[in-house]
Amino acid sequence: MFLLVVGAGRVGSALATRALRAGHTVSVLDEDPLSHERLDMELGEPWESVGGRFTIGTALEMDALREAGVEEADVFVASTNGDNTNLVIAQLAHRRFNVGKVVARILDPRRAAWYAEQGLETICPTAIAIDQLERSVLGDDGPAG
Amino acid sequence: MALYVIVAGAGKVGWNLARELIDKGHEVTVLEADRRRYLTVEQELEHAVQYGDATELWVLERAGINRADLVVAVTGDDEDNLLICQVAKEKYRVDRIIARCNNPRNLEHFKLLGIQPAVSATDLILRLIEHEVPSYGLVHLLDLPEERLEIIELVVGDLAPAAGKTIADLDMPDGSLIVAVIRAAGGGFVPKADTVVEAGDEVLIVLDPGLEDAITQQFVTLDAER
Repeated sequence: MFLLVVGAGRVGSALATRALRAGHTVSVLDEDPLSHERLDMELGEPWESVGGRFTIGTALEMDALREAGVEEADVFVASTNGDNTNLVIAQLAHRRFNVGKVVARILDPRRAAWYAEQGLETICPTAIAIDQLERSVLGDDGPAG
Repeated sequence: MALYVIVAGAGKVGWNLARELIDKGHEVTVLEADRRRYLTVEQELEHAVQYGDATELWVLERAGINRADLVVAVTGDDEDNLLICQVAKEKYRVDRIIARCNNPRNLEHFKLLGIQPAVSATDLILRLIEHEVPSYGLVHLLDLPEERLEIIELVVGDLAPAAGKTIADLDMPDGSLIVAVIRAAGGGFVPKADTVVEAGDEVLIVLDPGLEDAITQQFVTLDAER
């Protein structure tokens, strides 16, 4: 499959690297050239040498999205460091470019929940961390009686 | 009628807007995410400004979005403005929203997601410049997307098909109407069927969206004829 990852911070770059290693076509869009170095580092060899694609550009720019291959993408992951950017570009990918599967990383649990209700697939690392902390601190049964 | 207005963003636009609205007797809450900016604005607006990120639901709820008549999102960030208006409209069912669009290239995103009206100062200035430079040809005077109606202004080119013809003889598409002719000597007037359109005239046309190209053909000097 063709995976487009927008925003290659820790999460985006690790996901892109895993997908490339698993044999998928992977394109990464990020405004910061440093994130290309992060991909090289994660992969242990130059990103392009194993077929990875990388585009420098702003996520909201149509030209950048097109150059990164949004029109051919099967899966679109919005993982920039901004919740609002992720929510907007995920909706663009879904509604304008008809990408089959769109996932947005949203740090704010309440907005992640509301947009999920509206039909957008959201992953909320904060909610996951809260659940894990709760289990760790309070145990599986919740607060002790 | 006094409205309850929430203004997201206390930059120059938000602050001035809030002051004007308050002067007109409306109730206003401005939301500002930057602590230092908030403290500055708070000296003047006092309780009418609250500290917080307007893209967070609880901040909107604390500001009383459930009773807001109007939400205006004028931060410097288009994604934020888009999201604030989307949430206001679709989650809290606020009747009216107005979004500021900083980069005119983002206007299409606002449109796609149903966030209207979106106002772009850059776009407005661009249109004013176009108005000063007739060689651009067509000027949008008014767009009413909801009503599916536009008003445009065109300058009649020297060798345009329309030049020298009467209104009755013009080949105007259905759904369009010339409502006024502005002539350098003599000012503007409402044309009759036998009014002759002259090169150099400015014509104001009401039309259905989508007819622009067909109409422009009548009034500009086509490249092949230059």
